[in-house]
Amino acid sequence: MTRQGIRGFVLIALLAAMLVPGDTLAQAKPKVAFVYTGPIGDAGWTFQHDIARRHLEQALGAETTYIESMPETADAVRVMEQLIQKGYKILFMTSFGYQKLSLEVAKKHPDVFIVGTGPGIGLAPNVKTMYGRIWEPRYLTGLIAGKMTKSNTVGFVAAHPTPGVLPGINAFALGVWAANPQAKVKVVWTRTWYDPPKEKAAAKALIDAGADVIAQHQDSPAPVQAAAEAGKYAIGNNSNMAPFGPKAFLTGPVYDWRPLDEANVKAILAGQFKSEDYYGGLSDGLLSLAPLHEAIPDSVKKMVEQARQDIISGKLQVFKGPIKDQEGTLRVPAGEVMSLKDITSTRWLVHGIDGPSPTAQ
Amino acid sequence: MSEDQLVRLLAATIAMGTPLVFAAFGEILAESSGVLNLGVEGMMLVGAVAAFIAVVVTGSPWLGVVAGMLGAGALAAGHALLTVTLRADQVTAGLALALFGGGLSSFLGKSYIGVPNPAPFAAISVPGLSQLPILGRSVFTQDALVYVSYVMIPLGWWWLYRTRPGLHLRACGESPGTADAMGIGVVAIRYASVIVGGMFAGLGGAYLSLAYVPAWTENLTAGLGWIALALVIFATWNPLRLVFGAYLFGSVEAMGFRAQVLGIQANTIVLRMMPYVATLTVMLLLAFWRRRLAMPSALGLPYSREQ
Repeated sequence: MTRQGIRGFVLIALLAAMLVPGDTLAQAKPKVAFVYTGPIGDAGWTFQHDIARRHLEQALGAETTYIESMPETADAVRVMEQLIQKGYKILFMTSFGYQKLSLEVAKKHPDVFIVGTGPGIGLAPNVKTMYGRIWEPRYLTGLIAGKMTKSNTVGFVAAHPTPGVLPGINAFALGVWAANPQAKVKVVWTRTWYDPPKEKAAAKALIDAGADVIAQHQDSPAPVQAAAEAGKYAIGNNSNMAPFGPKAFLTGPVYDWRPLDEANVKAILAGQFKSEDYYGGLSDGLLSLAPLHEAIPDSVKKMVEQARQDIISGKLQVFKGPIKDQEGTLRVPAGEVMSLKDITSTRWLVHGIDGPSPTAQ
Repeated sequence: MSEDQLVRLLAATIAMGTPLVFAAFGEILAESSGVLNLGVEGMMLVGAVAAFIAVVVTGSPWLGVVAGMLGAGALAAGHALLTVTLRADQVTAGLALALFGGGLSSFLGKSYIGVPNPAPFAAISVPGLSQLPILGRSVFTQDALVYVSYVMIPLGWWWLYRTRPGLHLRACGESPGTADAMGIGVVAIRYASVIVGGMFAGLGGAYLSLAYVPAWTENLTAGLGWIALALVIFATWNPLRLVFGAYLFGSVEAMGFRAQVLGIQANTIVLRMMPYVATLTVMLLLAFWRRRLAMPSALGLPYSREQ
């Protein structure tokens, strides 16, 4: 570049900098930003968060923005800093891997509030996390799977063997056996959250091994599609996946973040932000089941509804001893109930589950 | 392992190998004419998304195939313009194409993520043949695009090695100067090879979004394009050996999950590394035996008459 060219370039850069609006003035509208690990799409974890984002615009008149497919790396810090610079003082970081990074950013910006997703990693006065007691609805879907399987084999396509996933698989298996003690539960690990070709292949492997109900902890509907193609049943994850296999889709846990996100923003505006690892579930409506398939008999529907109420009332404890792990070690003694802390740090699968143990992964 | 399980394993192997067969065959065409195109991943992604958009809009999977091939072919034409006419560095241009194709496909497909495929290619059993034990039951119970690949490979090999146009194409990759002196239009042939090669990469991508998955999501190919590139070397630019390599890769993928189901405590992380380990091994062998392997002599070199 010539010297003149450089001069011109600097001039243009300066002009451009002047055109960028100065820091946002005191805003009447709260500015809320959402950071997602995946694309929004039409279903799944991120899609449900985006429903809540749009809800904030309508219910609170909030000005929102979002970043899709943001890797859980130091890049996220840069993006958070940019958002803060643009005046977004409330950040929803919707994945586990952001939590450590959020804590870094929160320290530098005490006036920014971050609602994260990684419980147990750490908190700060301006950081909280939200997560679901996903094992509650998974137990209910296990009941349905146990009743609907004809081959007495139920498959589970699992993402990563993390404490966010393992209690859900365990609860699912316990639900299956509560409804059908003869049924086998087979688990396959994909080591992906969102990789449709892989997740479909995993579901196919389970179907080939005789499973006729395929459950999943994945963000893609690929396992539902695999089940639909093979004429089997499927249990979805995170959102209503019925469009991907109307005949196959029995039901699935569904997240509804709207009430919690709204409550969080309101609390922040009112100066009542509470730093905590918050767990929602069936009781506060964060989690529910997608509409049940019409092929599910009324007796099963009743059983599921009863179990749902019993979980809410505390009469039914999903993780009640005795529970042994795959190796036969007693993890929960008879008569005892797992604490929230123990559940969310689970590193094992329940005795009787067919599939590689998480520690072998 | 029962016969049924073996049949399903073989069927899954073929299905997983097919996108690689298409994409790597396309790359063999381009490289045999002397043009390295590292943009396979990007062309596959654009092919996948173009095919998916077309099937959603028109409801016809075959129009999807056409759109996927045209989309990727257009991208490849850009590569041909850069590398053949403008004589840009083929490695750089190819890498740029891979990145550009990835971004472009994300952009085009944004509103199609998670939309169900209205008319996916379904499995068709070939009467008679699909009744044969094991091989018949796994080879002849696939979808239409897999049958296309069965026909394409021997035909492609025959065309490349047994016909005059095929010879001309390879001559451009071996010694463009000699080919030019013989009156072969080097520029035209290289253009055609790169564009048609790109169309096959697009077909590989379209197979994923129209038949295998069948849906669109960002980065649907998840690295298959890079494996296809490695496969070309693995197959030493021979379409017949390519099929063997592609199905080998397919079987590793298909085996991974089945090993888990059968209760074999296989480490999934190690299993997922296998295709790349195999690729590196072949590259290493190639470094030693380059001369004996049929690498096109003028691969990667831009041609201009004055030189």
